[in-house]
Amino acid sequence: MIALLIRDLRLAVRAGGGFGLGLAFFLIVCVLVPFSVGPQSQLLSTIAPGILWLGALLACLLSLDRIFALDYEDGSLDLLATAPLPMEGVVSIKALTHWLTTGLPLVVAAPVLGVLLSLPNDGFYWLFVSLLLGTPALSVIGTFGSALTVGLKRGGLLLSLLVLPLYVPTLIFGSELARRGAMGMDTQTPLLMLSGITFATIALLPFASSAVIRINLR
Amino acid sequence: MSERRSLWEYANPRKFMGLSGAVLPWIAIAGGVLLAVGLIWGFFFTPDDYRQGATVKIIYLHVPSALMAINAWFMMLVASLIWLIRRHHVSALAARAAAPVGVAMTIIALVTGAIWGQPMWGTWWVWDPRLTSFLILFLFYLGYIALWSAVENDDTAADLTSVLCIVGSVFAMLSRYAVNFWNQGLHQGASLSLDKEENVADIFYHPLLVSIGGFVLIFVALVLLRTRTEIRARQLRAYMARERMQ
Amino acid sequence: MMIDLGKYAVPVLSAYGASIAILTLLIWQSLSRSAKVKRDLQEYERKQRSDG
Repeated sequence: MIALLIRDLRLAVRAGGGFGLGLAFFLIVCVLVPFSVGPQSQLLSTIAPGILWLGALLACLLSLDRIFALDYEDGSLDLLATAPLPMEGVVSIKALTHWLTTGLPLVVAAPVLGVLLSLPNDGFYWLFVSLLLGTPALSVIGTFGSALTVGLKRGGLLLSLLVLPLYVPTLIFGSELARRGAMGMDTQTPLLMLSGITFATIALLPFASSAVIRINLR
Repeated sequence: MSERRSLWEYANPRKFMGLSGAVLPWIAIAGGVLLAVGLIWGFFFTPDDYRQGATVKIIYLHVPSALMAINAWFMMLVASLIWLIRRHHVSALAARAAAPVGVAMTIIALVTGAIWGQPMWGTWWVWDPRLTSFLILFLFYLGYIALWSAVENDDTAADLTSVLCIVGSVFAMLSRYAVNFWNQGLHQGASLSLDKEENVADIFYHPLLVSIGGFVLIFVALVLLRTRTEIRARQLRAYMARERMQ
Repeated sequence: MMIDLGKYAVPVLSAYGASIAILTLLIWQSLSRSAKVKRDLQEYERKQRSDG
């Protein structure tokens, strides 16, 4: 399993692996927001937690089709299916790779971009925590969506349509956590809910994802 | 397996076509009659609500359609499970058939809900938790229908959409809770009141029940009709595929 | 015949109008697709019998 992880990580960061695209997109979105809503810092600081969450979410979405596409096309996925490694493990590793190469960089970049959007001082810590807790869920849910569309040519738009509604609970609790933290309010409920969602999806969704991969490999 | 008559016999496409064909006209007519009675009764023969005026009459459309929007998805969930467990094609096709009906019900629920709220809120849309949940449900329906269309192989499509329906159901319920949390702090009591849980006076309640009955039967009739179409369409595809191989 | 809806005439009538329109559209589309597929299938089966 570790070998698979290392192989996928290496594939992701080499040229053409798409590493850094998510970050670039995140940056662009955060730069575009003041152009669309106006530069008043009071407005920006109110919406900053939400915008940063939305930007991170969309940046995650962009790289989802890569999770299985390359292995599916060159037949490696078929090989992985017959390997002694359980498919649930394979999809979990894929999700972990996605998080390490896409989600985690976004988490690190977010506070920096928060400066651009006049994020209140209390907000930096909670933004970081909420994204750190929430992005794994985005990767695991995204892996499920990616598994559903792996066999389809140009399935990118369909992938977004399938995954975005599934992202809603994470987005609601994640950005609420960031927002409440920024305003100094009580953060217990969204924190618990967000953690609950993340841990539940990590534990349970791989079963659905692996069933879907096996269906698509038939 | 014993030869005792059971509901599962109708999982056989031929038997299903036979039974559904016989029963469909009656269900459709009954549904039409009930709906007409319910709406006419509610529209012309009930008083106005003292708070909401004549807009209360929208209840005869909004509540049944909202109920059906949710029940349609639930039916799709059950049909998906039956497909995954027992591999009855009729079940998978019934789920596919029900989805557009569910979408239409959701749209009616959204439109009537928004119009109903407009006099109260002054705008054509508010992010009321209930309305928002239906908007999310609408998106789930769209994704489900899109996935059916995107996958070529019938059995693969049935399998994938069934898993999507199951996972989607879990997330839909989670979203409902999340959306309530998301909006509860801002607008206390902004959600549309006067639904069936509240103490609705009999004078409103009875035509509402009739209207709900009408919607249920129309839903059943439409799903039966559309499932028959799906079965025929699948047969047609099978013929065309066989021809291509000859 | 039309009762007095007061100031709520527009919302109520447009809600009823929109709902009935959507239902009608759904029923019409279901019926016409059903008829088309049935026709195509019968056409196919007829051709099978005359060729086969």
